[in-house]
Amino acid sequence: MTTLAESVRLALGLMAGFDAHLFGIVALSLRVSIASTLCATVIGLPIGAALAVRTFRGRGAIVATLNALMGMPPVVMGLLVYLMLSRAGPLGSLGLLFTPGAMVIAQTLLIAPIVAALSRQVIEDAWLEYRDQLTSLRAGAWRSALTLLWDTRYSLLTTVLAGFGRAVAEVGAVIIVGGNIDGVTRVMTTTIALETSKGDLPLALALGLILILIVVLLNFGAYATREWARARSG
Amino acid sequence: MNRRSWLVLVGWCALALRPALAQDRFIVVASTTSTEQSGLFDHLLPAFEADTGIKVRVVAVGTGQALDIGRRGDADVVFVHARSAEEKFLAEGQGVKRYPVMYNDFVLIGPKSDPAHIAGGHDIVAALRAIETAKAAFVSRGDRSGTHMAELDLWKAANIELEKAKGAWYRDTGQGMGPALNSAAAMNAYILSDRGTWLSFKNRGDLAILVEGDKRLFNQYGVILVNPATHPHGKKELRQGFIDWVTGPEGQAAIASYRIGGERLFFPNAAS
Amino acid sequence: MRRANGHVRARADATGPRGLPISLDGVGVRRGAAALLRCVDLVVAARTRTLVIGPNGSGKSTLMRVLHGLVAPTEGRIDWGGLAAPPRGQAMVFQRPILLRRSAARNIDYALRIAELPRAERLRRIDGALAATGLAAIAAQSARTLSGGEQQRLAIARAWALAPEVLFLDEPTASLDPAASRAIEALVRDIHAGGTTIVMSTHNLAQARRLGERIVFLHEGRMTECTDAAEFFRAPRSPEAAAFLEGERL
Repeated sequence: MTTLAESVRLALGLMAGFDAHLFGIVALSLRVSIASTLCATVIGLPIGAALAVRTFRGRGAIVATLNALMGMPPVVMGLLVYLMLSRAGPLGSLGLLFTPGAMVIAQTLLIAPIVAALSRQVIEDAWLEYRDQLTSLRAGAWRSALTLLWDTRYSLLTTVLAGFGRAVAEVGAVIIVGGNIDGVTRVMTTTIALETSKGDLPLALALGLILILIVVLLNFGAYATREWARARSG
Repeated sequence: MNRRSWLVLVGWCALALRPALAQDRFIVVASTTSTEQSGLFDHLLPAFEADTGIKVRVVAVGTGQALDIGRRGDADVVFVHARSAEEKFLAEGQGVKRYPVMYNDFVLIGPKSDPAHIAGGHDIVAALRAIETAKAAFVSRGDRSGTHMAELDLWKAANIELEKAKGAWYRDTGQGMGPALNSAAAMNAYILSDRGTWLSFKNRGDLAILVEGDKRLFNQYGVILVNPATHPHGKKELRQGFIDWVTGPEGQAAIASYRIGGERLFFPNAAS
Repeated sequence: MRRANGHVRARADATGPRGLPISLDGVGVRRGAAALLRCVDLVVAARTRTLVIGPNGSGKSTLMRVLHGLVAPTEGRIDWGGLAAPPRGQAMVFQRPILLRRSAARNIDYALRIAELPRAERLRRIDGALAATGLAAIAAQSARTLSGGEQQRLAIARAWALAPEVLFLDEPTASLDPAASRAIEALVRDIHAGGTTIVMSTHNLAQARRLGERIVFLHEGRMTECTDAAEFFRAPRSPEAAAFLEGERL
């Protein structure tokens, strides 16, 4: 328990001191995770909407696969992306390995199934409610999907936040494709892993507390924004 | 959210990603966790970057993985400490040449309670035999690293078969040096470590250096230029520049000047 | 009151409005082992006001959905004025109004955009529909924050703005209080007066008495009566209808 007390003190000290190195690491973490969440949303939402609104042969298999992919171990995804981006691999000439770009790619591939699977569920529930009326108005599949995406925007925001949470907490994939290079691809989670392996547990825990604090603040902000918007437009 | 907010968001993302894709003069060095965690690179690389303007990106993994990264062409230079593995790497044609850089030594760490009674000794083989007799807990890295391979060589020199001991008193953890030390501290076990990592390790628990100074604990570091013929993506001068600097007078002096708590960790020997 | 939305129906068709009459010939709907509708022969003529009544579970909702084309019959045939598929120009109001998360005016606008009307025309129709349903004051208010009665009136306003040939209403006042119900009934009358064919289901006999010109009575999926309203209420032919009128549970 003394470690915990020491960590809290360390964390407060780091934050109050506006440690530039720490800020750089936090900024990189947020840039990578926000970028990958946005990409995953752009990929995942249309897939979720399409699956919710359309029925076609093989749909059940795709839905089951997506749900299963939510449980993809990050380290496995990291390995797969590493093999793709390695110079010995198919996309090696892009020179993306050991850069933040590779981290964004790996995290996007990890989160997109989550966004797709969860948004499918949200939109499907809404489709059940809206279907008769939208069909009566002759909205068509494409317009119906867009309308549902807009009307379920608050629930979808929760889905996107879930994806972001997964991204910012993730360490297995980014450490493999990023290489945990100081000043280039070192993020909060990989720093925590490194400090732990160096035996500096109070510092590792302090960084962990800071990371949790940031995520909590972000979620509070998102919730408040959502409630304000909802009060305005119902 | 109206259309304008979306555009602002997209623009911000594009800006945010730009640094990720920027290109400047840099090389990728694949090295070992023990080398990085000793803090040597934090001391060495700023001097190199100031002298040459070349940035160095260090990917620190186990020796086996570092050589693997070199084989795949994902690193420009490999900086490890496992002689036989390095020779094999060269024999495969993956590397151009191997240059010795520095050496440090291994130390045998153990609990102050010392159930095998080896403290203060200078004979590593005798110490290992004592540990086996006492069936005292011993943590191994088990990760194909330079340290791991050196450890296995020492057990062989002591004529001890490890297969039967695994799971009993010999704990094969498959971890880097830091995590393995964490495990040893938690288990109050013996462990072979390089001096550098030990000196900067903070979570020592009840452990201390018990055996040191044996010539067989000598640990040589080498730097290898990854074969540009098989991995032609430029940067040849940058890579050679790094090797020349590290084996040259400035690099060797920087290595010699690195200390922790007044103690020297590495001994430059590029000339020999 | 004549059609307060003020636009003129563009059809001067001598043969009657498009999509009418709706003819059902031996229509049945089966789901699994259950028969929701059985052997329904029905003709819905233009400009009529038909009320579909019957006990709960008699198939009223299913019949409404078949008439609007939301559900395909598993037996028999249906056509809309000779067309095999329901044409545009029909609208439906459901028991629970389904409105989008946007303002009242935008909800109506949504329907009109689908109908591909130009902007000026859309604005005119929105104003007219909101005025006719007494909702002009809440045009900018979020639809989901309106009261139950207001939401249902908005659903009708949306349908009205489309100037449909046929308006289907599936128990539109079932979850409303008497005052709100009366408001809805008044709107239905207005819409009918403007030339729209009305088909409405209800389980409220008094309402059926007030609104019905023709009555369709359903019992366990089968249509046992299809007759003029005055006739029906005076002397129903089938025993089930008689029992229903006397308030007995069947």
